[in-house]
Amino acid sequence: MNPASPDQLFRSLADPSRRAIFERLCRDGELTVGALTASAGISQPAVSKHLGVLKQAGLVRDRHEGRQTHYSAQVRALAPLVDWTSQMTGFWNSRFDKLEDVLKRMDQ
Amino acid sequence: MNTVATETLSVVVERDMPHPPEKVWRALTQPHLIDEWLMKTDFKPAVDHCFTLRADWGTVECRVLAIAPNKSLSYRWDALGVETVVTWTLTPTSAGTHLRMEQTGFRPDQQQAYQGAKFGWPKFFGNLEQVVARSD
Repeated sequence: MNPASPDQLFRSLADPSRRAIFERLCRDGELTVGALTASAGISQPAVSKHLGVLKQAGLVRDRHEGRQTHYSAQVRALAPLVDWTSQMTGFWNSRFDKLEDVLKRMDQ
Repeated sequence: MNTVATETLSVVVERDMPHPPEKVWRALTQPHLIDEWLMKTDFKPAVDHCFTLRADWGTVECRVLAIAPNKSLSYRWDALGVETVVTWTLTPTSAGTHLRMEQTGFRPDQQQAYQGAKFGWPKFFGNLEQVVARSD
């Protein structure tokens, strides 16, 4: 699967319910929809829908076992998001350096 | 001081410049000066003006969102498949200007996402760094 774009990751994690589900999976490991629903405070179809969005963004993986589907967090999918902030921080720092040079050369 | 402001999933770079705000403002808004420190551009200080920033690695599509001369400037910054907003804030200091640049990873029309980020991200990102550190 292709890595999700940072924009897709932002969108999938911007929803508090989805973020809560993802955090829960990060913390507790593999869980079924039923187990996630019990603690989510929203309906099972809603939890399933959120899991679908997270899966599309590559943030969760599902595994079928009998009639149950088990979900687990894919923490590595967050890499583009972490990369984006560090890349942009580096970019802007170098631009600030150049801006300082320009200001030194400018007249008052 | 430079920090990654995790609370809104934004990049913040701040620096004190030994120059008055009016001078820093010129460097941020005059195309021939922007060319020198950022990228080649057809920027104009007018709300809704669409402009591009061009570098050897590609083009950034921009649109001026808000402008308050010598104080603040923000524009859309769409590049490499990511839609963001860049906001510059100039604050006068006794020694010159405190310049702050914030780039947020959300479109202004994604209010829900943005509000979610504002109220929900801090805790998540507090955990994220630890989670990512553990996964390596």
